[in-house]
Amino acid sequence: MPTFTREEIEHLGDLARIALTDEEITRLQGELNVIAESINKVQEVAGDDVAPTANPVPLEAYLRPDVAETPLTQEEATAGAPVSESGMFVAPRILGEE
Amino acid sequence: MAEKLMKYADAVKQFDPVFGLETHVELSTNTKLFCPAHIEFGGEPNSQLTPVSLGLPGSLPVINETAVDYAIKLGLALHCEIAEWSQFARKNYFYPDMPRDYQISQYDKPTNGNGYLDVELEDGTVFRVQIERAHIEDDAGKNTHVGGADGRIEGADHSLVDYNRAGVPLIEIVTKPIEGAGERAPEIAGAYMRAIRDIVRALNISHARMEQGNMRADVNVSLRPMGSKEFGTRSETKNVNSFRGIEKTMQYEIRRQAAILADGGEILQETRHWDEATQTTAGGRVKSDADDYRYFPDPDLVMLHITKDRIDRISKEMPEMPRERRNRLQQEWQFSDLEMRDVINADALDTIEATVSAGASASGAKKWWLGELSREANAKGVSLEELDITPEDVAEVEKLIADGKLNDKLAKQTVAGVLAGEGHPADVVKAHGYQVVSDDGALVAAVDEAFAANPDVVEKLKSGNMKPMGAIIGAVMRATKGQADAKAVTKIVMEKLH
Amino acid sequence: MSDIQELVKLSAAEMAGKIQSKEVSSRELVEAHLSVIEQAEPSIQAFLTVSGEEALAQADAFDERHAEGEAEDAPELAGVPIAIKDMIVTKGIQTTAASKILEGWVPPYDATVIEKLKAAGMPLLGKTNLDEFAQGSSTEHSAYQTTHNPWDTERVPGGSGGGSASAVAAFEAPLALGTDTGGSIRQPGALTGTVGVKPTYGGVSRFGAIAMASSLDQIGPVSRTVLDSALLQEVIGGHDRRDSTSIPMDVPALAAAAREGAKRDLKGMKVGLVKELSGEGFQPGVEARFNEAVSMLEEMGAEVVEVSCPHFPYSLGAYYIIMPSEVSSNLARYDGMRYGLRVMPPADVPQTAANMMAYTREAGFGDEVKRRIILGTYALSAGYYDAWYGSAQKVRTLIIDDFNKAFDQVDVLVSPTSPSTAFRFGEKTDDPMAMYMNDIATIPANLAGVPAMSIPSGLSDDGLPTGFQLIAPQKRDDVLYKPAAALEAALNDKWGGPMWQSMNTPWLDGLTK
Repeated sequence: MPTFTREEIEHLGDLARIALTDEEITRLQGELNVIAESINKVQEVAGDDVAPTANPVPLEAYLRPDVAETPLTQEEATAGAPVSESGMFVAPRILGEE
Repeated sequence: MAEKLMKYADAVKQFDPVFGLETHVELSTNTKLFCPAHIEFGGEPNSQLTPVSLGLPGSLPVINETAVDYAIKLGLALHCEIAEWSQFARKNYFYPDMPRDYQISQYDKPTNGNGYLDVELEDGTVFRVQIERAHIEDDAGKNTHVGGADGRIEGADHSLVDYNRAGVPLIEIVTKPIEGAGERAPEIAGAYMRAIRDIVRALNISHARMEQGNMRADVNVSLRPMGSKEFGTRSETKNVNSFRGIEKTMQYEIRRQAAILADGGEILQETRHWDEATQTTAGGRVKSDADDYRYFPDPDLVMLHITKDRIDRISKEMPEMPRERRNRLQQEWQFSDLEMRDVINADALDTIEATVSAGASASGAKKWWLGELSREANAKGVSLEELDITPEDVAEVEKLIADGKLNDKLAKQTVAGVLAGEGHPADVVKAHGYQVVSDDGALVAAVDEAFAANPDVVEKLKSGNMKPMGAIIGAVMRATKGQADAKAVTKIVMEKLH
Repeated sequence: MSDIQELVKLSAAEMAGKIQSKEVSSRELVEAHLSVIEQAEPSIQAFLTVSGEEALAQADAFDERHAEGEAEDAPELAGVPIAIKDMIVTKGIQTTAASKILEGWVPPYDATVIEKLKAAGMPLLGKTNLDEFAQGSSTEHSAYQTTHNPWDTERVPGGSGGGSASAVAAFEAPLALGTDTGGSIRQPGALTGTVGVKPTYGGVSRFGAIAMASSLDQIGPVSRTVLDSALLQEVIGGHDRRDSTSIPMDVPALAAAAREGAKRDLKGMKVGLVKELSGEGFQPGVEARFNEAVSMLEEMGAEVVEVSCPHFPYSLGAYYIIMPSEVSSNLARYDGMRYGLRVMPPADVPQTAANMMAYTREAGFGDEVKRRIILGTYALSAGYYDAWYGSAQKVRTLIIDDFNKAFDQVDVLVSPTSPSTAFRFGEKTDDPMAMYMNDIATIPANLAGVPAMSIPSGLSDDGLPTGFQLIAPQKRDDVLYKPAAALEAALNDKWGGPMWQSMNTPWLDGLTK
């Protein structure tokens, strides 16, 4: 049975890019351990002889012809941008000071 | 900070390099891998996007059939097993140039697996590289770094993101660990990349221009003591984008790692970057838990079914592979190994072949494309194909020479005219009035004039010293504005001397 | 038609009939509903955005086509207005998924279902409230407002589609669209006394439905009658090449099945009671209404047997692994780069892109969403994938097998939709597991991709609505509609009219033209 430690939740916050507060980490730790306990029993019946299902309705991929359609205009594409400059999206500096 | 390096010769004497290459090839499909946005190099930023390639909420991917066909072509060329069922997975990580913050890539069920490629080295040795997989995935956008030196990421204040490249289909070709290469490891790596480039071009599935980023490679290198079977810790140098860069990266990493190991140090498992300016690799990020990509099957896409019919159809469309083609052409053209190598190094195989099919002799075509025209292309920094002269033009010039209508000098001037945009050879010849003067009367008069102007030369010639003959021919050429047929001039001179 | 009250209480099919006979125009219907919305919203708060002007313009365009006889090929519901869950993308109309992280986002494109509604001449009244990113069972997790249950405004309308369900229950809209990942259409349907359908996975295009858990999500109808849902599903259903999981087949004849069912003859139909979806955890009043409804099915000629689906007890566990896993990946794109919120880190933290993303997501997502993202990130992470995600996918196979075996024996399966009636605000917000238990009966259908429906089955001892769930085999949505319509007709007969007659609607008072 997995148990969530504080460090683990901090690490998951990093992986998920969420700057969790200390209080959130504490609360999540309690909640996730309860949830984990109740959902962990899926392993009881997941034998080696059972195939996994990714999509509930079995289909094979439709392959799209390589034909272009009208794209969004630059204006439409960038209209929702929190910050944009010369038709481009602006990211704060990518390298940190780590 | 200069890193300690061992001499290459010593490094490969003490250590056995094991390496692997992960080559990304950008496919030249009309539209993106998962949406119908047209792909064009150098368009306005963020103008080649649909809601799908911009990662808008609610958008869904649909697989491009041509990208799948191209992947199968490459798989067949690399002797891969083509999976009847393959699957796309999500590779989850955050980066500003990733519209969905996950890449859609094939993970445990790639389309192509278990192939090989026979790579021919300069001395004719053939080395077999085993291919682990060649899978389909989509590319990310491009960051332009602002506020730092030379547009580098270091010290940049912010970055501008253009997502046009996001969603462009890529095939990643992953080799198995390449062992037994010894000191020739860098050479094999370079030859392998060239072979991949040639195949991809022959298949016409990518523009395959390394300088435009259509092809780039991650180079993995590790060293182990001679005789050891276990692999050492490897470094991964990302996004090397030139053939020379790959060879240099290999050499540098072998020398760097050898120096560390010889000092009893440990190699860090890290990603590094090749710096063209300093000709070194620089340390990047140490591999860590942060590389937990949380792959899982993309629930927005269902299984990709590749039928036998599809594979059969594509098999029938497969062109001749570059190595087979080279061998065939060498025989047809009767070139020596050395001549053939020159042709390949000059990247002139296609143009020479086209020139020969337009009617020129193989040696004539080679003379032009490897001489005059290679110099011109180098000077302009373009490929032979990009010059303003076609194989048909070159064949036409060759024919004019063969017919005695142009001599070497006029031929060169004609070619210069074509390159200058004056039209086809016939147009240039006509416009300048180029024609070989073979009319004996005119030539005899010109020779007489030359004899009169150079009595000392004539004396020497008469005494049997033929060295100054050029002076007479030169004078005749000047007098005829270069239109004289040199052979005819020589003949007249000889007759007059006796 | 002069009385707004009378007009808005008609079923959508009846409204459509009046449009066809030109007794009423599409504009009049839109205006009537806009006036109800104005009166009801202070106490119901079902809408995040009301798009009155757009709706009127669409209605006028339809009325013009209709007047010129150009709307004859239009679907039966042409001209009837509809409300849209704010989880579905609408071009030019703000779409938020009830999250702060998408506040102010105006999409540059329409979802496929929206294109179909527009083509059908069905005006869009506005966007309805939901739990943030459809994650919740009470609509309390909306970042913007709390939607109230029209039956008792002190109580939740269920969730995540509480806005759509309440809007339809309160006569603010005759129809609505919802999305159902684990019960988000059916459970609010049960709690508000409305009809809600989750079609076969792949039966309705997901293109333009903001993804919560892609392998479970499905858009479906919300209405007050079974026939209305059938007519609406026929409009929005069918193959879409922009959705790789869309099934390449035509929509089955759903309205015909519903009309057939209204004859109340179920001879030859076999109905299965799912043993695992009753007993412990189900309110006595909920079970009583359920059992009465089952008896009515028998009275109409259906043969009722009990069937066992032994792996259903594992479905909640499998769901709470698969769903958050997909959520963690689907919600990665909200990173402050391309749309929606951006929050820069505090001054003492490096002002990097990575930190901007982390602080944006911290500020933009609510507690429940963060909980699921963290849980899903864990379930997919190296070292735990096989035990968690891999096992859950296997359980999914076992649940599908259970359904296959059950459908070898019976035509349709039935159960209560939700174990309880509508609960009070705040009652379950601090106990995630108690909240998750709301979906115990609805989740198996999502895991197996089978179609399922909830219809009102009466009022429990507390005077609040209870829901009756029907489940059919994949691609056989038509099989749901016949018994559902039969039961609806029988119940209406017993009650002397629709169940909503016993609902107090003070917001409708004084609404006459």
